[in-house]
This record gives sequence, structure tokens and C-alpha cells, in this order.
Amino acid sequence: MELLDGNLELKEVHKLQGHTDRVWSLAWNPATTAADVPAVFASCSGDKTVRIWEQSPSTRSWDCKAVLEETHTRTVRSCAWSPSGKLLATASFDATTAIWENVGGDFECVSTLEGHENEVKSVCWNASGSLLATCGRDKTVWIWEVMPGNEFECLQVLQGHTQDVKMVQWHPTMDILFSCSYDNTVKVWWSEDADGDWSCVQTLGESSNGHSSTVWSLSFNAKGDKLVTCSDDLTLKIWEADIIRMQSGDGYASWNHLCTLSGYHDRTVFSVHWSRDGIIASGAADDAVRLFVESKDGLMNGPSYQLLFKKEKAHDMDINSVQWCPGEKRLLASASDDATIKLWELATLP
Amino acid sequence: MTLGLINANPVVHAKKERVARSEDPHGEDAVDPLEIYDFVRDIRDPEHPYSLEQLSVLSEESVTVDEKLGRILITFTPTIQHCSMATVIGLCLRVKLKECFPPHFKVDIKVAPGSHADEESVNKQLNDKERVAAALENPNLRQLVDECLYSNEL
Repeated sequence: MELLDGNLELKEVHKLQGHTDRVWSLAWNPATTAADVPAVFASCSGDKTVRIWEQSPSTRSWDCKAVLEETHTRTVRSCAWSPSGKLLATASFDATTAIWENVGGDFECVSTLEGHENEVKSVCWNASGSLLATCGRDKTVWIWEVMPGNEFECLQVLQGHTQDVKMVQWHPTMDILFSCSYDNTVKVWWSEDADGDWSCVQTLGESSNGHSSTVWSLSFNAKGDKLVTCSDDLTLKIWEADIIRMQSGDGYASWNHLCTLSGYHDRTVFSVHWSRDGIIASGAADDAVRLFVESKDGLMNGPSYQLLFKKEKAHDMDINSVQWCPGEKRLLASASDDATIKLWELATLP
Repeated sequence: MTLGLINANPVVHAKKERVARSEDPHGEDAVDPLEIYDFVRDIRDPEHPYSLEQLSVLSEESVTVDEKLGRILITFTPTIQHCSMATVIGLCLRVKLKECFPPHFKVDIKVAPGSHADEESVNKQLNDKERVAAALENPNLRQLVDECLYSNEL
């Protein structure tokens, strides 16, 4: 499908209800990219629970297969599946991160990570599943080593941000960690060798053409040579780096600002996600979902991006998270303050 | 917790006369700023047994509504420049409005320009909904907010 030529729309295909408070985040199980495995995702909420949703292969309807409750004592803010899809990490305002294992359909909490002084806001596994990162209002980023028997050991506590850290995200192919903060910056953390110390090797702040208010989220493109950030300053920013150089072991290659998408959002942009086939989805406090793609013109000054589609009133309230399904390329999930989750299909208009 | 009151000598004004207004906030599409003001004017100050209106923290001009964009802006004036209760007042306003108004209205809360020494920092905190949500899960803070909102209802 030639994206730029088609008349595209985001069609609502399912609305999932069940949570009794705002849904903050959702995560697709990466193991569900296989054709005969039913699609599964987890969602987490201000109602202190995590719900697991699965699509029935026969009826195509979505059911809530499990409710993970009575573990977190406050809002569950973020959730992330390990790359194998066997473990689920959940980060909570109760200052803990819980690790759940799917034991024959039932989810059991097999470990609880403590250490943060207050609300944990994000959790993320690296590409190989050997490391876990968390961050929170205590301004720190923690790196944990995943050990046999569901044991987790804190490798290092990274200080540097001057305010609340909103989200952490590992690079898709290399062990480089990115964090976004209320201090308006994105920090890049790197360790020269496997046993070495992690340190902040770059800060994407206002002087590097960075955001002028809280950075809420970031996402990488499939290749990992570009990333997109979203902010309370109502813009999206695209950054790029010489990944080939980094992958060849030539030391750290810095990220540079490529372009800023402004004038498209009216209120805080909470979430951004780059699909495998190059579509950037954004979810914002104006209740809308927007899709952006790289435009093929203007290559003289480098690539630029354009708005592909805007779905107004996608939800009745703020959208907190948007996530493309890893398997089905044109399926997008959105989570909202209205306590629902919606699934959208990107389709050409008839 | 501070030992003394932040502002031991607030200036108290007489209550403004009320005009009878419709009691059904969810029924109408049009949102009148004065209707919103009626819901917040009696919120009690966190430190003194007076309403925000009596202390001139709020006035009729505090509320502006943009119906087209579906936004409500409330601007309040702390009694002194270094008021550390500013964030508590902001939380009280948010909780009260959430109860009274349809959720599709977006609410922005700010201190009046020039009225607070850390204006930008206070405004940023008051409008970060994750920070607001976490603060309201803190039982001590929640209790203080509830006292400011409900102590008049006895």
C-alpha cells in the first residue's frame, strides 16, 4: 500500500472496557507476532490493576483473560513484556516494580523490585531481555540485571536528571538507554563495556534544539537510527544518529535534531510510537490520535514529515498511550483517561 | 510541616452577595464562568477558616471559559508571594471541578501572573496530571484537600 497516495482512515474496530479508572499504559506481547498465536496485550490503570487482553482466533472478539490485582497498592503506571513474552514487568506509584510470570494461564507475581523512593513511572526491558530499566519521581533511573530464577539485582542507580523522570526506553538493537524527564531533557546512558559503569553520554536539551517543557515519551524507528520524542510543549521532535558507526564498535555517536513537528497538537502529547513500517502515531490530551509519515519531497534539506491522518475525539478524554501491534502492521491500540482501550485499523477508504 | 502559618495575617473580605443560579451543572451545554465560580468560591483556604473568595484568592474574574475549544482556565492569587500552599489550593480546585463538570472540559489552573515567586514552577506542577494524580493518592494531602472542600458541609 503506497501510504502517501491512499485515502486512509483509522477505523475503530474494538472498544475494551473493564478498568474502573484511567488507563495509563498498554503493551503488546512481542511473542504474538507469530501467525497462529492469538494477539495479547496488557494494560495498566489508576484502578491499581493490570489486565491481560486476548483475541479469540475463532470469534475475533477480545476478552479480558486475567486481572492482576491485590499486588500494587497504588496506580499502576507502566507495563512491559520481556522480549520472550514470558514475563511482564509492572511499575507503580507504590514505589515498586512487580515481575509477573504466566504459569499456565495464571499470572503470578514472582518478584518485587524495591528501591525507588517514590512513584515508579516507567519500566523497559533491553532487546535481549538481560537488563531492565525503571525510573521515577525521585529523579533516578535504575538498571537491573536479570538473573536466573527470577532474581533481579540492581546494577546501578543513575543520577543526572534534575526532575521527575517520566519514561525509559532501551534502543531496539544496542544496550543504550534513553530517559525522558519533567526537566525538559532526554538523557542517553551508555556503558563502554559489559561490566563497566553506566554514565550519561548525551543530554538532548534546549541547546541541542530540544523540548521546552516536559518530555513524556520517545520511540525508535525499526532500524534504530531515528527516534521521535513528544512533549508538553505541543511538539514532536525527530532525532537521528549514525547507528552504523556505533554498531561497528566505533564508540558513541551522538543524536542530532532532524526536525520539529509543531502546530499539529493543541495540548500535551503524552505518547508517541513509531510502527515497523514507518508511521508515527501520537496520542494527546486533546483526545485525538494523529499519524505522521516521512514525506518524500524536500530531500534537499533532509527528510521532512507530514501529517497523514488526524482522528479527532478518538476517545472522550485524554489519550495516555498509543501502541502499534507488532504483528498486524496496521493495528493500533490507544488507552485513555476515559477508562477504555480502543483498537484501530488503518485502512484505505472505500 | 512548617511550624507557623505561612501567612499569619491574611486580609479578609466580606462575602459577595450571591445571585441564585441553576443547580444542575451537567444538564446544560453552555458553561457559564460564573456558574463555575459558584462551585469554587467557598472552598476553604488550607490555613485559615475563610473561603478563597473571602481572602481574594478567587474572584469572578478568576474563571474564563473557551466553549469552542472546551477549556476552562482558573487563575488564582495566593495571598503572599512565597505561599507554599499554592499547590494545595490548585489541587482543591481540580478536585472540585472534576466533581462538578463534565469530563470533556479541559481545565488549566494557574496562579495570577506576578502573584507568586515560583510562578512557572507552580503552574507546571499544577498542570502535570501525573503529578496531580500521584499527589491525590497521598492520604495526608487528600485529607487536607477534603477538609478544604467539605468542611462547610455540616
